[in-house]
Amino acid sequence: MSPERRRKAEELAARYPRRQSALIPFLQYCQEQDGFVTRQAIRDGAEMCGLTEAEVESIASFYTLLFRQSVGKHLIQVCRTLSCMLRGAGELQEHIRRRLGVRNGETTPDGLFTYEEVECLAACDRAPCLQHNLMFHYNVTPDEFDRLLETWRASRPAVSLPAE
Amino acid sequence: MAPFEPVLTRGLGRLDLTDLSVYEAQGGFGALRKALRDMTPEAVVNEVSASNLRGRGGAGFPTGRKWSFLPNDGRPRYLVCNCDEAEPGTFKDHMLLEQTPFQIIEGLVISAYAIRAERAFMYIRGEFLEGYRIFRRALETARERGYVGPRIAGSDFSLDIVVHRGAGAYICGEETAMLESIEGKRGEPRLKPPFPANAGLYGMPTVVNNVETLCCVPHIVERGAQWFSSIGPPKCPGPKIISVSGHVRKPGNYEVPMGIPAGQLIEEYAGGLEPGRRLKAIQPGGGSSAAIFEEDLDTGLDFDSLAAKGTMLGSGGFVVMDDRTCLVRAALTLVRFFEHESCGQCTPCREGGQWVARMVGRLEAGEGSNADLAILRTLNRTLTGTNLCPLGDSIMPFLSSVLRRFPEEFETHVTQAGCPLAAEQAVAAGAGA
Ligand SMILES: Cc1cc2nc3c(=O)[nH]c(=O)nc-3n(C[C@H](O)[C@H](O)[C@H](O)COP(=O)(O)O)c2cc1C
Ligand code: SF4
Ligand code: FES
Repeated sequence: MSPERRRKAEELAARYPRRQSALIPFLQYCQEQDGFVTRQAIRDGAEMCGLTEAEVESIASFYTLLFRQSVGKHLIQVCRTLSCMLRGAGELQEHIRRRLGVRNGETTPDGLFTYEEVECLAACDRAPCLQHNLMFHYNVTPDEFDRLLETWRASRPAVSLPAE
Repeated sequence: MAPFEPVLTRGLGRLDLTDLSVYEAQGGFGALRKALRDMTPEAVVNEVSASNLRGRGGAGFPTGRKWSFLPNDGRPRYLVCNCDEAEPGTFKDHMLLEQTPFQIIEGLVISAYAIRAERAFMYIRGEFLEGYRIFRRALETARERGYVGPRIAGSDFSLDIVVHRGAGAYICGEETAMLESIEGKRGEPRLKPPFPANAGLYGMPTVVNNVETLCCVPHIVERGAQWFSSIGPPKCPGPKIISVSGHVRKPGNYEVPMGIPAGQLIEEYAGGLEPGRRLKAIQPGGGSSAAIFEEDLDTGLDFDSLAAKGTMLGSGGFVVMDDRTCLVRAALTLVRFFEHESCGQCTPCREGGQWVARMVGRLEAGEGSNADLAILRTLNRTLTGTNLCPLGDSIMPFLSSVLRRFPEEFETHVTQAGCPLAAEQAVAAGAGA
């Protein structure tokens, strides 16, 4: 583990009565730095908590916001559950898939955009909604999406999965 | 009777309640001072018991009773606030988190005092990054002002609140899965008993309460149990936030007296349906609840009245579907949700969820058969009551209820090899994954 990571691991562990409680926050921190949960992060997490790498793998794989493969600079997660479906999520999804030329779960070849269809984001009154690097956008029409896409293209977010 | 006055959402949209001085100017933290200065922990528990407050997270369990289960054996006790809100159609805790975080903090501190917890945990859904930031800032401010930390508001009571951000998993909203998740493990529900009251977080006595439940507590302390229990039905009283979405003109969160009739909520609060539309179905209590229909519009929205109708108030996620809605597609989005969110420990939930999602997927795509329908009609019995946690029991209720009420809509999907509403589907439709 790098000295910096070790410092972070200790800082997170100090928040909890037991060390392993800090494992997921630690992996979130590693993911923010590396873009996804790397093999090294799994090793560091195992060292931090006195677990095997297989145990940490198994824990990490449980959570949909811990990615084991690199994601694009822009992570676009569109809600596909009932209230959004009733208000046009299907059309929006079709539009995005066509615009980006990807299917659910894929990243554009230039590595910029990852597209995912996700479950209810607890914003059903402003449907359809999506998250871009975990920031909400509400009442997103296909036109509104195109406008957002331009602003995203023009920007260079430092991280697509912020930890804090 | 006095007219109903919203308290949980008072000032929202008008005042910036993320600013502590604004919250205080509205009387915020008055209840905390009162509880810590004038009341013993037992007195707070008694007040909450007398109010008949029932948990707003879904199960409607009496809060005071839950608090009184904790054994008196000297072990450390924990309080966990459940802000993992992910039940389809529910968005009230998300709003409370982002817009009135100090109310949550006040509820947490008073409740922790009542149960003598030495530490509290705030579990925030991973997707609520903005809410997490707002809450962390609010907590910092509350700490600086002495509302959290050592010797709160000059009393002998000290409390630390740990904010824990989730990492994506609906099942972590189930209380024992949440405890596993805070312990740094896979969020798999535990076998009960033992219940969290005896062996909860780190094996210690623990109470898990929903955000809205905790937000009720300061108001009960301030205004008294009598005030609370006089709102709505005596057995499940109080103000309740209902999240209304789908085909209404004004979707949103509405704080109403418990027991308000479904039709009144739609008409008087949510702006009614679009002109010329007719109601088809309502899912009254989140994705796990069975549907109600136009003949049920006078049903009161409370735990007992909806249970009597074979459904539930659940989390208060109220989704309205008008006559444009294809119920096969609506059911598909929900069974797919549960298929996706099953933690995989129990065979009926894991395998059954996949089977049902495939069958309804076939029907929706126009490739279903009458045999599929016959099987779907029997599955409610097979899949329900055979699982470790209520998620497995949530796969079938909506599907079964709409299949029973609109059998012809499902049958037509077989005979016409597709959706009969296709022409009108522009809004209700969407391509599957
Ligand atoms: C699959 C599943 C998901 C749940 N999700 C939530 C949730 O997101 N928020 C919540 O407060 N309760 C949720 N619950 C209910 C909790 O298990 C628990 O009953 C509740 O947090 C207790 O708080 P209360 O007594 O204040 O309602 C869920 C239950 C199940 C079975
Ligand atoms: S019912 Fe489903 S979600 Fe609940 S424990 Fe069993 S497999 Fe997991
Ligand atoms: S259904 Fe999309 S946010 Fe709830």
